Amino acid sequence: MIRFEDVSVTYDGASEPTIQGVDFEVPEGELVLLVGPSGVGKSTLLGTVSGLVPHFTGGTLRGRVTVAGRDTRTHKPRELADVVGTVGQDPLSHFVTDTVEDELAYGMESLGLAPEVMRRRVEETLDLLGLAALRDRPIATLSGGQQQRVAIGSVLTPHPQVLVLDEPTSALDPAAAEEVLAVLQRLVHDLGTTVLMAEHRLERVIQYADQVTLMPSPGAPPRLGSPAEMMAVSPVYPPVVALGRLASWSPLPLTVRDARRRAGALRDQLAQPAGSRAAGAAPVPKRGGTRQAPVSATPPTPAPPRRWRRTLRKPTTPSATPPTVAETHSLSVRRAQVQALRDVTLSITPGETIALMGRNGAGKSTLLNTLVGLVPPTTGTVLTTGVPPHRTAPPDLVRRVGLVPQEPRDLLYADTVAAECAAADRDAQAETGTCRALVTQLLPGIQDDTHPRDLSEGQRLTLALAVVLTARPPLLLLDEPTRGLDYAAKTRLVTLLRDLAAEGHAIVLATHDVELAAELAHRVVLLAEGEVIADGPTAEVVVSSPSFAPQVTKILAPQEWLTVAQVREALT
Amino acid sequence: MASRGRPALHPGAWWLWALGLGTAATRTTNPLLLALLVATSAYVVATCRQRAPWSRSYSAFLKLALAVLVIRLFFAVALGSPIPGTHVIVTLPEVPLPHWAQGIRLGGRVTAESLVFALYDGLKLATLLICVGAANALANPSRLLKSLPGALYEAGVAIVVALTFAPNLIADVQRLRAARRLRGRPDRGVRGLLQVGLPVLEGALERSVALAAAMDARGYGRTAEVPPAVRRTTAALTLGGLLGVCAGTYGLLTAAGGTYGLPLLLAGLAAALAGLRLGGRRSLRTRYRPDRWDARAWLVAGSGGAVAALLTLASTSDPEALHPGVVPLVAPALPLWPAAAVLIGLLPSFVAPKESS
Repeated sequence: MIRFEDVSVTYDGASEPTIQGVDFEVPEGELVLLVGPSGVGKSTLLGTVSGLVPHFTGGTLRGRVTVAGRDTRTHKPRELADVVGTVGQDPLSHFVTDTVEDELAYGMESLGLAPEVMRRRVEETLDLLGLAALRDRPIATLSGGQQQRVAIGSVLTPHPQVLVLDEPTSALDPAAAEEVLAVLQRLVHDLGTTVLMAEHRLERVIQYADQVTLMPSPGAPPRLGSPAEMMAVSPVYPPVVALGRLASWSPLPLTVRDARRRAGALRDQLAQPAGSRAAGAAPVPKRGGTRQAPVSATPPTPAPPRRWRRTLRKPTTPSATPPTVAETHSLSVRRAQVQALRDVTLSITPGETIALMGRNGAGKSTLLNTLVGLVPPTTGTVLTTGVPPHRTAPPDLVRRVGLVPQEPRDLLYADTVAAECAAADRDAQAETGTCRALVTQLLPGIQDDTHPRDLSEGQRLTLALAVVLTARPPLLLLDEPTRGLDYAAKTRLVTLLRDLAAEGHAIVLATHDVELAAELAHRVVLLAEGEVIADGPTAEVVVSSPSFAPQVTKILAPQEWLTVAQVREALT
Repeated sequence: MASRGRPALHPGAWWLWALGLGTAATRTTNPLLLALLVATSAYVVATCRQRAPWSRSYSAFLKLALAVLVIRLFFAVALGSPIPGTHVIVTLPEVPLPHWAQGIRLGGRVTAESLVFALYDGLKLATLLICVGAANALANPSRLLKSLPGALYEAGVAIVVALTFAPNLIADVQRLRAARRLRGRPDRGVRGLLQVGLPVLEGALERSVALAAAMDARGYGRTAEVPPAVRRTTAALTLGGLLGVCAGTYGLLTAAGGTYGLPLLLAGLAAALAGLRLGGRRSLRTRYRPDRWDARAWLVAGSGGAVAALLTLASTSDPEALHPGVVPLVAPALPLWPAAAVLIGLLPSFVAPKESS
């Protein structure tokens, strides 16, 4: 269906081709997953299928890409619109009209389909994607998962033979991601659509893939093979594969179900007395009486376990109140007739890492923004290092609390890394060179004259983090830090944040990434519709939730393990 | 949401209705009639509008109308008014102006007559604005786009996309000013706004490029093959037609060209329309569920037209009642049959599809 013949793409002004030696064929009716670290040219490869590369982006394409027999060299994107449907990373930049029904019809109108055909297909697509109840809704009022489904639906209505998706689930919460993936699977199975998709969150998608195209490193030619085969050699892999590699299972399991079937021996081995376990392990205080198995997971941090306290409902910890970095008391926030937060009481102690989880729109970002003073509380109080953040002058506040926003680029204004660092030193009234030293430490090998825009997603996040850390705030907040990061960048981030926590920084991260929460957080706070619905040690909160449990937990249940690192430590 | 079982009314009908009320407003200065017009539009908006982002524009127009009224009154107080009046309310200190500024007055006597005159005048303009606001709130601007001829559609989409640029830009400015605060810089003041300027423009440009890519990939701008003869005829008709319209307008406006002006204008118009129609052949587009001009649309548009026609008639037959005097001051009376005519404007709230709960 899609045939790449010795394709290479060189962008204007670049000395090296972004992708080269691409030579494979995607058969009809298969779901092919594009896997590789960030910066290997996955988006470029996807762009060549719809013809946007090079017709829209510029650059030189050598070789030949044919889609359903049409050569993309002679066909512009608009002339491929009836065979290829493309959904980019941000669904919002994809919408042309303003209601769901019109958006579904837009592509068909451009192709000039007959009105009766359009009407029928819109109805079919509304049913297929479960959007019937939303048909008249303005798109701006939909949640992230709904928008992603509308975006997919809008390219489905012209009945393309090929669907190209760039990170369709990265911005979604686990439940919404499953919704979208279920739809894709249905398309492949029932309609025979060919799907080519790139995604970093492999733990979500690998089980749906028929084949995997691995792009191991920049410039290396991609390889096509079965998922298990490719995962055995891939530099990026989900936790289930990591566990499989650790236990030397062959063939590698790709789903939690497969892994559970093989995990009997591993579970027995792990159930042995804790004497062989890592020495630093300390039991997490046990709460509630719902679990049978003893808690075997520990916060995976070299820092001594901190006392945590739950002030919601029943404060039961008997010890003296520890000093808090920040606290909120019956905090409520209303914005534009929406109750974003409702009666949130929370305290954050030094050295503690908290993961803030919940659906898209549950109030995670609002809570972070309130802690940093961007949003004043409607009722209730919020204190960050003893002062109300919304009434504190920014130059003072920056030394008390720092937030890395969802789009780290918002924090960066300057043309070069050096100028950015100098500005950060001035803003924080820190000694000259403080920020640059942090950048060197966190991101070795970054040149002074690099433009922040030319950095990769992970590097940009780290630069923003360095800028925020220049003022040494005791409280550090991160909003969706792993969006668009590959596993290597994520591992570096985890190490970095653990060190910061060990130095006594309190860290709060809002995230959909259950694996990240499992690796990093001592405590998880679950939000739903602006209310705190669970607040406790990571092991306890995520183990009991089917959608927030990490893969390792699911595989080794009823034993309570959170990460591959813990298992590895226990086995050695 | 309105159920599509009873499809939405044609947006053109709403615009005609609103323009009819607006025309009626320009025919009178009677505050009672004007208030009745505002109440009519408000009632129809309240009963017929749908829960969508564009329907919130009515309150924005209300505020704008109020601002216009206040500014009009302020000018009447500060700059004086040519209306001769005897009821002095207050005497402001008058600023002496040099002789070349004769005829302009700053401060001085403020009379009740001049205030009432300014109020009537301002109210007229405010009512007109509110009627336009009603049309905005009731008709989705992008649905109006669907009624454009095929040849103009693509240009129309570009305009609508450009219009969404401004709200996005404002959202970007807010986000980046918040980010400045995170960097520990003051987030208020002109300097703060200037420093986020470049990143905001960069972001807006990037989003526009992404949207253009998405539209291209979805088939925007696909054209059908048309024979060269048709293409040339289209160009000739459009160009010739526009030239004809220009020459005809010139002829109508000059004293000498009274004879050839009108025929030339009409011929030019016809040629231009034919060119547009022929140009539509190049476009492959079809319309998904186009709004039909049905009986309800006739009723809604007709009710607006009737209000305009009846008030125009009333203003010629009974100018006293529609333009209550200010010198001497009299209390305005409500003329009965023009008031009844205004109430015809309520018809849409009975015939138009309502929001189903």
